[in-house]
Amino acid sequence: MRNLKRQLFAGPYMIWIVGFILLPVVMILYYAFTTSSGSFTVSNVLTITHPIFFRALLFSLKLALVCTLICLVLAYPLAMILNNMKNGSQGFIVFIFILPMWMNFMLRILAWKMLLSNNGIINTILGFFGLPDLHIINTPAAVVLCMVYDFLPFMVLPIYNALARINRDVIEAAKDLGAGNITIFFKIIVPLSMSGVISGIIMVFVPALTSFAVSDLLGGGKVLLIGNIIEQAFTQDYNWNLGAGLSFVLMIFVLVSMTLVNSRDTEGGANVW
Amino acid sequence: MVKKSAERIYLTLIFLFLYLPIAVLIVLSFNNSKSRVYWGGFTLKWYQKMITSPTIMKAFGTTIIISLASALIATLLGTLAALGINAMKKRNQTIMLGATNIPMLNADIVTGISMMLLFVRFTRLGMGTVLIAHITFNIPYVILNVLPKLRQTSKYTYEAALDLGATPLYAFFKITWPQLRPGVLSGFLMAMTMSLDDFSITYFTKGAGINTLSTMIYTNMRKGINPEMYALSTILFMAALILLLLMNFGPSAKREKASK
Amino acid sequence: MSKKLIDLQHITKSYDGHTILDDLNLYIRENEFLTLLGPSGCGKTTTLRLIGGFESPDNGKIIFDGKNITNLAPNERQLNTVFQRYALFPHMTIAENIAFGLKIKKKSKDYINDKIKYALKLVNLDGFEKRSIDSLSGGQQQRIAIARAIVNEPKVLLLDEPLGALDLKLRQDMQYELIRLKNELGITFIYVTHDQEEALTMSDTIVVMNQGYIQQIGTPEDIYNEPCNAFVADFIGESNIIDGIMLEDKLVKILNVTFPCVDEGFGTNTPVDVVIRPEDVELVAPEQGLLSGEVTSLIFKGVHWEIVVLAGGYEWLVHTTQMHPVGSKVGIRVDPFNIQIMNKPESSDEKAVELDA
Repeated sequence: MRNLKRQLFAGPYMIWIVGFILLPVVMILYYAFTTSSGSFTVSNVLTITHPIFFRALLFSLKLALVCTLICLVLAYPLAMILNNMKNGSQGFIVFIFILPMWMNFMLRILAWKMLLSNNGIINTILGFFGLPDLHIINTPAAVVLCMVYDFLPFMVLPIYNALARINRDVIEAAKDLGAGNITIFFKIIVPLSMSGVISGIIMVFVPALTSFAVSDLLGGGKVLLIGNIIEQAFTQDYNWNLGAGLSFVLMIFVLVSMTLVNSRDTEGGANVW
Repeated sequence: MVKKSAERIYLTLIFLFLYLPIAVLIVLSFNNSKSRVYWGGFTLKWYQKMITSPTIMKAFGTTIIISLASALIATLLGTLAALGINAMKKRNQTIMLGATNIPMLNADIVTGISMMLLFVRFTRLGMGTVLIAHITFNIPYVILNVLPKLRQTSKYTYEAALDLGATPLYAFFKITWPQLRPGVLSGFLMAMTMSLDDFSITYFTKGAGINTLSTMIYTNMRKGINPEMYALSTILFMAALILLLLMNFGPSAKREKASK
Repeated sequence: MSKKLIDLQHITKSYDGHTILDDLNLYIRENEFLTLLGPSGCGKTTTLRLIGGFESPDNGKIIFDGKNITNLAPNERQLNTVFQRYALFPHMTIAENIAFGLKIKKKSKDYINDKIKYALKLVNLDGFEKRSIDSLSGGQQQRIAIARAIVNEPKVLLLDEPLGALDLKLRQDMQYELIRLKNELGITFIYVTHDQEEALTMSDTIVVMNQGYIQQIGTPEDIYNEPCNAFVADFIGESNIIDGIMLEDKLVKILNVTFPCVDEGFGTNTPVDVVIRPEDVELVAPEQGLLSGEVTSLIFKGVHWEIVVLAGGYEWLVHTTQMHPVGSKVGIRVDPFNIQIMNKPESSDEKAVELDA
């Protein structure tokens, strides 16, 4: 029965779960499905079908996908190079590529805002060489660029960890059985690092889909993502029911996409050939 | 050889991509001119302005208090929770871990909004609500760091201590705790980092007049960029760098590696 | 005698300035079951990895079937390896694991399916095609690793301590399985182990290695009965290894007592190592022995008694089926045929013996 006593250690946390994890979700549901006077409605949630909102959702989705894809393409070779370094400095080099993750998120945005602005460093350098200015501040391109910068380490780290877990024996066994480098890469390394790729995708895709700060600061009000719309519903329009309704939609959306990504993982594992 | 140099070039390019923006911020923090482009001589005046700015200093203080307090409380609650969860039956463990995953998987903006909706109904937004929100999203990181260590720790060592005459409390602190300590410590550090870095959840749960560095910079940036911000960036980057270097390569890290 | 299949010539290999193998010469015949035996760090695994192509030698040549394969990549060699920790592909089913090498060789689907069935039958795991790797026990995983290697019809199978991770009973069963497999397949096995019992049970030829040098090459009987130096004697089974002086041919002085033996050619008054196996020590009445002493310990081992006798200032290890209580006086006699005389180490090869002892 000592076991039961030990379970009680989780008691405070259970209360915390009910009070600050479950109850807030209930609050979102409550606001999402009521009008401002408190009667039941589904109109808040259905607002997402309104062209403006729906376009914002699709646009956010597109942006998040592009950002995730760029991160994946940049991070996978990087993680492989890092993993293949056998010398003692490996730990330090990995550290260097993870360090920017620890700098305040806002300051990273600040850096890019400064670099990209019309009279910023990049354009000054371009001008110096007589090249045309780069006007990407206040465009989706700037938003994607900054998101890639922000989230790249989140993609590198899990992939690197997954690659590091692959047993050298397994690679040697494949070589022993006649596999060349290309076969080893596609049949062994890629499938075995898939779990890292999946968590990398989730760690990049979800914040990219739902962020509002980057688009707000680098989009100059012209890039309207679903996050911005929700934020504005609360801070500018004071339409909490609408905001909660859209939040609910976003929550479901994230949930569904993560389930999809995860199920792809298990299927992929079984049918490699 | 070709492959080697291709790898080098790739590493260098990514390195430049990651560090050039930071380097530019650092250089500009010493620039006497307010321009973002021209060098007007070396100065420390932005650092002086930063230190004397009540807005920045207040936000800095708030950030430190919130992140330290939330990480400490989350570590305490999370470690206890991990101990409890570890003693549970498989099915209950799954339920508990499922609930733990909610704030981790949910988008920050949704977590922030959901907590705000709860808070405004029962209380006023302020330091307290920000603290509660931070504790909430910190606890999962603590649990995820402590639970694996707890599972690695053989329960037999604890039982052996009891068998040798130790009281449960003594056995816990002499046997179980030393094995958990690295997990608890990394959970604490991770919680603190998450808290320091958070923007969205703070943004929705803070009341008027309360700012952490993140929300302060956000408000500031919407108006334009002050060079004090460069100074702040430099200091924060250096702090992160030194802290991480100590953690990864300091004497205690070496000892831990050796004891493995 | 069948022909030489693999020939290692003057192989040298070092890591970080630390020499692992120094001028190693070794050949392996066709259809041989050859075991590389030695303590950890003796260079046996490195030798195997050189043959497999996972390492390349600093110096020397590896000849396979008349061709120089020294610089050939592993995937271009006609041999396959069974790895110590199996190295099965965790993301593939058993059938996919076995099919891996065949698919690379672009064999037809029917051929592959036949081969999978055949290989699984061979390792006594029929019907396991669709199972996942995690669902297998250690012994089953090892069988799959073997099946995965042999479907490629290698001329040589390299086995790197394949039974190391298994428990005792399973290890013994697998030894017989391996002998059966070898006979059915009719190919060459090169086997690496630190377990002398495994080596003695399975091998045609044993290569005893220590500190990067080959100590002795021979059949299990040779190695056991005629160890060429104290290291081999000590590593293969238990022994009494005693300092002695070869007075002349067929006479050796041990512990100040002269024993007749059968060895010749050591010269006169030469210091030597004398090896006597515990089962070759005969215990007789005190007055009948060449030496007499007292039993100091007695342990029942099932088939025999393990007895320690203090005689002539040396603790003799004795295996006998006769019980002699502790404290009883006994005489010691050894048949001249059972006394092994070995030179004291002097060459660099043999210094390794002393280093290790």
